[in-house]
Amino acid sequence: MITATNLKKIYNGTTVLNIEHLDIPTGQSFGLVGNNGAGKTTFFSLLLDLIQPTTGNIFNNEITVSQSEAWKTFTSSFIDESFLIGYLTPEEYFYFIGDLRQQNKADVDALLVTFEDFFNGEILKKRKYLRDLSKGNQKKVGIVAALIGNPKVVILDEPFANLDPTTQIRLKKIIRELGTSRDTTFLISSHDLIHITEVCERIVVMDKGILVKDIITSEATLKELETYFSGGQTVEL
Amino acid sequence: MFKRLIWLEWKSFFRSASMGKSIGLKILMIFLGIYFTVIFLLFGIGLYPLVEKYFPGEVPLFVVNKFVLLWLLAELAYRFLLQTLPVLNIKPLLILPIRKRKVVNFVLLKSLYSFFNFLPLMVIIPFGIFNIYKEQFATGPILAWMIGMTGLTFCVNYANFIIKKRFTENLKALIPVLVIVSCFAILDYFKIFEISVWFGKGLNEILFYPFIAIIPILLLFSLYLWNRKNLEGKFYLDATLKEQTKNINTREFLWTRKFGDIAPYLQQDLKLIWRNKRPKTSIYMSILFLGYGMFFYTQDTYQDLPWFFVFVGIFITGMFMINFGQFIPAWDSNYYPLIMAQNIPMNRYLTAKAGLITFSVVALAILATPYAYFGWRIFLLNIICAVYNIGVNIPILLYAGSFNRKRIDLDKSPFMNYQGAGAAQWLVGIPLMVIPVFLFWIFYKLISFESGMLFLFGLGVLGLFLRSRLIDSIAQIYKRNKYAMIEGFKQQGD
Repeated sequence: MITATNLKKIYNGTTVLNIEHLDIPTGQSFGLVGNNGAGKTTFFSLLLDLIQPTTGNIFNNEITVSQSEAWKTFTSSFIDESFLIGYLTPEEYFYFIGDLRQQNKADVDALLVTFEDFFNGEILKKRKYLRDLSKGNQKKVGIVAALIGNPKVVILDEPFANLDPTTQIRLKKIIRELGTSRDTTFLISSHDLIHITEVCERIVVMDKGILVKDIITSEATLKELETYFSGGQTVEL
Repeated sequence: MFKRLIWLEWKSFFRSASMGKSIGLKILMIFLGIYFTVIFLLFGIGLYPLVEKYFPGEVPLFVVNKFVLLWLLAELAYRFLLQTLPVLNIKPLLILPIRKRKVVNFVLLKSLYSFFNFLPLMVIIPFGIFNIYKEQFATGPILAWMIGMTGLTFCVNYANFIIKKRFTENLKALIPVLVIVSCFAILDYFKIFEISVWFGKGLNEILFYPFIAIIPILLLFSLYLWNRKNLEGKFYLDATLKEQTKNINTREFLWTRKFGDIAPYLQQDLKLIWRNKRPKTSIYMSILFLGYGMFFYTQDTYQDLPWFFVFVGIFITGMFMINFGQFIPAWDSNYYPLIMAQNIPMNRYLTAKAGLITFSVVALAILATPYAYFGWRIFLLNIICAVYNIGVNIPILLYAGSFNRKRIDLDKSPFMNYQGAGAAQWLVGIPLMVIPVFLFWIFYKLISFESGMLFLFGLGVLGLFLRSRLIDSIAQIYKRNKYAMIEGFKQQGD
């Protein structure tokens, strides 16, 4: 579904991302981990054509993202609060996104019903603008909006951060369910090794812009990641 | 402690993101500052001879005193529009061992360093010196008068903050005040009860009993304390939050559904305008500027300069277009990455913006029809200017928008707020107004008034026919500039 070739991003002589080849097949739940500055958000921004690659290309369903806009119809994402429109209520925001993805009000409502648990009664019908919601609740809105309209590719940057424990668990469940029941390709980044190993079939570790590990998740994965991040970088298991 | 607060202010000023970025803007502001200082200073120096000339036989100081109340009222009005209480980022200070009163005192004293307090001094001091020089009164009383006047000026300074704090969230509460003020104004006008004269007489007393000057000073002191009490009560994180969440507006603008493809965007833009301070003001401004024509249509000097009416026509039918259009797409700068990553084709996005502005031009043109009273030429010219705005100026504005790189925070007050303004905004004004005026002028001089109108009309219609083609090519430019725009809109700070 997603292929990156020879992808490089250089800022003022510093290479922040350098991926020779990365292939993410359709329907895979793909996890990206790495310390701050590893290049996770840069990779997602390149994938969404928000920044320009210095060299190389990313293909989303064989469409070069920087050439055509056709990928936008089946790709949705939540990177940060700049993906929210502060002066709308959550409902209005969902309907607006729905409009953009050819979903009418009833479709959106039907989808929202399934997230009632996830919202925990704090989002809908509160008569509040998005800018007045707490950071965690804003994140919930952003994540759910990214699931409107049956997207084929869903990109979530650190979805677990700022969420309360209950919501984290519910979010994991949602991602796992969607990942298995549909042909949805999930791309998720996280700092939380436990969460990411629980929801992703494949985990890629980045460090200073380079892919250093590419693991198909198994029982041993969490241990392996913990060893890696606790400083045993040269120790291969 | 004050030293540290000043140090913080200093750093925040010189390290702000916009520092050094908008040199042109700074130069303009400095130029305006010097301009007004000189004007006021000249007025201050010339006041005495002027009063002597136009009110012969009267004591100039007494004449001036009669107008002081009016002046103070005017000052309050323009300060209300332009001056804001200096802001200090209190959040990081809340948990530090600094007494609240210190911070509040600092903010309030800092406000005295405003340019608005400096300007009236440019009149009061030279005029006072002139009076001393003319030896109409002894030096002592004149000095007392100057102190009293300065006190009154500073009173306006603090009164303005009280009004702002109390009434900006709740403009309706201002109505009784306005009613009382206008009652006095009417009584004054019909000379039933001339409050400004009585106020002037009060001021005259200072010259006979200089110690009366203590009254404005006391008034100033009590206003200061009132402000302090007000601010100390707001020294909490949630103090500003409370008001925000109260009155939310959930108008749906369902009628936009008629517009098919672009309906969601139109709805979006209407909510943008309706729910945020700054774009909302552009609506009020457009309606206010509808009256602009009255200045020109009524005067005989302009009757022989019909090309000037083109300027007026473009202006009154295009006020919203200019105000709103020049900041496209910066209005959406807070969530521009969403616009870019969502399923939003660029040309549809632009078509929606163009549609909204077209609607505004048509609405303003309809509202301007009463100007037909000044003759069919003016009526027709306004219609033609509207067509020209729709056909030619809208694409120009959209094109200029592709050079926008500056973020706009929607909730900041719009007056004297140059956030988001860059060179592109200043430059775009020229083709919008000057080109049609110039084209019309050529035709008017060479052929006739009618041919000029016909030509502008033709250009407008042509633009309208080519609109979708034009928007397609403008969309290409937006796409080319998109990375720079995303990057620019990310930059916080004013």
